Amino acid sequence: MNVMQPIHRIRGAVHDKERHESGHKHVTGTAEYIDDMPEPAGTLHAYLGLSQRAHAEIVSIDFDAVTASAGVVGILTASDIPGENDVSPAHKHDDPVFATKLVEFHGQPIFGVIAESREEARRAAAKVKIEYRDLPHVTDVLEATAANYPLVIDPLKLERGDIADGFAKAKHVVEGEMRIGGQDHFYLEGHISLAIPGEDEEVTLYASTQHPSETQHMVGQVLGVPSHAITVNVRRMGGAFGGKETQANLFAAVAAVAAKKYGRAIKIRPDRDDDMVATGKRHDFHVDYKLGFDDEGRIDAVDAVFAARCGFSADLSGPVTDRALFHADNCYFYPNVRLRSRPVKTNTVSNTAFRGFGGPQGMVGGERFIEDIAYKLGKDPLDIRKLNFYGGEGRNLTPYHQTVEDNIIGRIIEELEQSADYAARRKEVIAFNEKSSVIRRGIALTPVKFGISFTKTEYNQAGALVHVYADGSIQLNHGGTEMGQGLYTKVAQVVADEFQVDLERIRVTATSTGKVPNTSATAASSGSDLNGMAAANAAQQIKARLVAFAAEKFGVSESDIAFEPNTVRAGHERIAFNDLIKAAYGARIQLSAAGFYKTPKIHWNRAEGRGRPFFYYAYGASCSEVSVDTLTGEYQIDRTDILHDVGRSLNPALDIGQVEGAFVQGMGWLTMEELWWDAKGRLRTHAPSTYKIPLASDRPRIFNVRLAEWSVNREDTIRRSKAVGEPPFMLGISVLEALSMAAASVASYRVPPRIDAPATPERVLMAIERLRAAKG
Amino acid sequence: MAAAIRTTIRFLLNHKPVELSDVSPVKTLLDFLRLERNLRGTKEGCAEGDCGACTVLVGRLLNGVLKYESVNACIRFVGSLDGCHVVTVDALALPNGPLHPVQQAMVDTHASQCGFCTPGFVMSLYGLWMENPKPSIAAIEKALQGNLCRCTGYAAIIRAAEAVSTIADANRDPLVAERADITGKLLALRDDARVVVGEGKDRIVLPASVDDLADIYAAEPSARIVAGSTDVGLWVTKFMRDIAPVVHIGHLDELRAITEDADGITLGAGVSYTEAYPVMTKHFPQLAELWDRIGGQQVRNMGTIGGNIANGSPIGDTPPALIALGASVSLRKGAERRQVPLEAFFIEYGKQDRQPGEFVEAVHIPFQKRDDQFAVYKITKRLDEDISAVCGGFRIALDDAGIVTKAVIAFGGMAGTPKRAANAEAALVGAPWNATSVAAAMEALGADYTPLTDWRASADYRLLVARNLLKRFHLETQGTEPVRLDRKIAV
Repeated sequence: MNVMQPIHRIRGAVHDKERHESGHKHVTGTAEYIDDMPEPAGTLHAYLGLSQRAHAEIVSIDFDAVTASAGVVGILTASDIPGENDVSPAHKHDDPVFATKLVEFHGQPIFGVIAESREEARRAAAKVKIEYRDLPHVTDVLEATAANYPLVIDPLKLERGDIADGFAKAKHVVEGEMRIGGQDHFYLEGHISLAIPGEDEEVTLYASTQHPSETQHMVGQVLGVPSHAITVNVRRMGGAFGGKETQANLFAAVAAVAAKKYGRAIKIRPDRDDDMVATGKRHDFHVDYKLGFDDEGRIDAVDAVFAARCGFSADLSGPVTDRALFHADNCYFYPNVRLRSRPVKTNTVSNTAFRGFGGPQGMVGGERFIEDIAYKLGKDPLDIRKLNFYGGEGRNLTPYHQTVEDNIIGRIIEELEQSADYAARRKEVIAFNEKSSVIRRGIALTPVKFGISFTKTEYNQAGALVHVYADGSIQLNHGGTEMGQGLYTKVAQVVADEFQVDLERIRVTATSTGKVPNTSATAASSGSDLNGMAAANAAQQIKARLVAFAAEKFGVSESDIAFEPNTVRAGHERIAFNDLIKAAYGARIQLSAAGFYKTPKIHWNRAEGRGRPFFYYAYGASCSEVSVDTLTGEYQIDRTDILHDVGRSLNPALDIGQVEGAFVQGMGWLTMEELWWDAKGRLRTHAPSTYKIPLASDRPRIFNVRLAEWSVNREDTIRRSKAVGEPPFMLGISVLEALSMAAASVASYRVPPRIDAPATPERVLMAIERLRAAKG
Repeated sequence: MAAAIRTTIRFLLNHKPVELSDVSPVKTLLDFLRLERNLRGTKEGCAEGDCGACTVLVGRLLNGVLKYESVNACIRFVGSLDGCHVVTVDALALPNGPLHPVQQAMVDTHASQCGFCTPGFVMSLYGLWMENPKPSIAAIEKALQGNLCRCTGYAAIIRAAEAVSTIADANRDPLVAERADITGKLLALRDDARVVVGEGKDRIVLPASVDDLADIYAAEPSARIVAGSTDVGLWVTKFMRDIAPVVHIGHLDELRAITEDADGITLGAGVSYTEAYPVMTKHFPQLAELWDRIGGQQVRNMGTIGGNIANGSPIGDTPPALIALGASVSLRKGAERRQVPLEAFFIEYGKQDRQPGEFVEAVHIPFQKRDDQFAVYKITKRLDEDISAVCGGFRIALDDAGIVTKAVIAFGGMAGTPKRAANAEAALVGAPWNATSVAAAMEALGADYTPLTDWRASADYRLLVARNLLKRFHLETQGTEPVRLDRKIAV
């Protein structure tokens, strides 16, 4: 046998452009979502009855017409809850499953109807008669502040340097404010849970949740039973984006309570409109700021308050508003800075996680500071950006006292400026605008620096479970959930690479609290960082046992054992992976392992506003050019170029998909996606007919997306990759800034355009009118 | 007329015939597929015809010719499928067989992430590929206007759509190859009988002919006529309204007639937006952009011009343009017919000039005088598949001296109905067509309309943009510089 035979690579190794593990099932409609599963015999359906008032006392409820309605089996109210009527993830006890005496937003769940079919439950729920005693309500963050509404959770302050001193020596001081709108997740698969009652206290749940462990704990809390009685399974979600980090818990809890009450399987799935009305969204922000800077545009001092519309309860508003402050610096060094958050209570649905988790709002605020400086001084905003980048002696400390150690924004910007031909195109745009009265163009190049790690340090841990079966096939399970991002694919690639076997040999099974306990939410872009490491750890444990076994079997030292493609080499001999596994099983070697990982180096002291909350930063930049119709405010994105840093990509095909998708979602947030409440506190944009997310025809007419292939994570992450879920979302900011430039053209680029987000055609036109008036 | 009566709905579902004698008038195709046939590849994303996750193909005959179109199963009633061939994603690839070329292209280009919207995209692209095997990017974007994806940013899906024909030949696709066979099967389902399914109030009725429809509706004016169900579908799925008895008209070829004579175009009330597109844009190329921006492809395949008018929306997709063009509506009650100008048909919000038992039979659009200048502009938050904040139709005629002899200006989104701007028109007629008169007419629009503030736009923006659209119209007739966005084709 020729021992020099070529060694082929395995199929589906780390860094390969492997297709999504469910791709072939997505396209055939055979990928199973919870609503597609065969229902257990006797399954009943639940539907929620929602408040029709924004703020009111419930005087009485008449269920007669509901119970008399066809197919109705029963009603579920707070009195049916055996444990606690609360699903607050912040443990504030401010998030009831069912409102009892008081409703605090229009759309708050008050009761559930259980019926033979979903349609019957839904129709019955609409027949309830509730008498309310109205109370004054407030939906807007500034009005709430004026009305002395409380904060839903303790605010954060980040402070460094001396702002009084900074403003005193600043040549220019500017004050301003900005509104930044929220965003509905618009996951294509709405919320859904299926609960199956078991023996004793047990309940098995299939839930569309990003956080199976929290769903498990919350269901246990609501049922008043220990977590060991609850098993939560998630094979995949039809999109989530943060909208299923905490918001799935209520649906799961209702299904579980009903399952126990009626002893039958219960499925709950709200209609899209109810899903949008009753579940939380991205926080709207109001930013109040004061900037000090010199003639060149170098920042001396920043003082800003970020107030967020949190809704009626805390939910995740604490860490969301914290992360806004963590990103208000974006890539810029603020010598003297004070940043404060105000998580304000309002009579709206409780806002929650959404891709970027407050970071995008913070970063939009930071970029607004740059824009104001640039237009005040009549300079190219990109020059102001570069002038203020982190870097150089004494200019690497963030407002939260973490030193930026891995700064690559300079190279990213330089390369993108070249490849997008920024300077020449900016000149061309300015020349065009001089000649064109109705159509105006704008171009902007904006950077992104996004901190990676949960700021709640305990979440930065993960587990995985790897079984190698006697036939050599491998089953992988980990705590992360698949919502389309390709996590299952990437982690399987890691395990394939560890064992050096083709990817087909590995099957990833549904995430289950029964297999890997105490998992973190699949959130904060951390999925592959955490679970990839945990799975690698599990594989390494099994490999270590196999190495010891093979060394003994072949009579060589352990250092002579190597895992080669689908083969294990022992000295000069090779054995097929399958054969080694068969032999190891025969020799009673344990072929299963639980892996674990915790992120090193991080710490955070919230009270002091100091620490190292982030293991590392991910970087990127985008350059967008737009055309604007100054008669109507309509616009089009003519071109976008993106260069984004994912370290050494685990899977460039999936990462490019994340970058493209995040950009379009971020662009949608800042342009056409608008949440609108009426005077009664009703959200009126609660369906795709009224709430517009980008379509295929909204993507930039030229769209060039590249990964920074030279980037390697300087920290020891899984194969030196970087997280990709959230950072590219903020690449959409270049579109807002390009719209600003087009608007600014009507006032010779000397008046800060200050377009609030989302920059709908209306806001763009109104800004143009304002700028024209300001120019006089 | 004593037509024969059939008491079942008959259609083809994938490869199998279906005959239903017990079906609710409000049963949607989506619920039928998922709950009754356990075909769960087709997904529910919004239940209002906006997201496209439920997209299926429906093949139907017009004058014996079979055409497959993408439709939203969530707002399509089962009763309307009589004589049709429904094709769902479940039938594209055989179990353990090769993927369909559209599916393979989607996998190869990494065009799915969460996968929930994917079956709908596959079906929309399949419908496109059958009609247009090598589509331009503009054609792809148009075919996908009714499909929302929240994950991918669409770039990979566009790449997939471009790649399909590199995988296989569309002419060898089963639906193309078996066309004659399917056509024969569908023709065999046609018996020109009146179909009545159900009893009492909960009836589905499919008239045997337009005359039969006239008889049925005159006898039972409380019945609900349903054509494309792009509006009525939501009454059921969103407002849970009781709409029975339902009279479907989409199967009536007579109502799908398009005729051109010396005076103009006559569209039967059952003509869909898609069917009307060629003739309307041939004579009025200014309508092309508006037409392409009405709903998504699925809605344009289902929705009808007659329905768009009859439902009396205050915004309306086509009415402002059609009023500007001087269109009229043919109404019929029993054997009696009358014609009313479209602008007079809309009386006030929620009220049209339609008597009990009377229905819209046709819409007539007169050709323009040769020198008339015409334009229509639609303003929305999102370019495509969005309801207008403001939609304006403009038509003027000038004499040799450049004096305005006729001005017709109609707006949707500015009042309780699509409405003409009498004051602005008066300001223009008799005045020279120049910036000064246009400015006066812009000012006069303030006397014509008191728009509302809602989620689509504020009152201030509506009035400002309505004025500016008149300015745009004037500038456009001057042709001095681009005054509209050059809607670039993506590369």
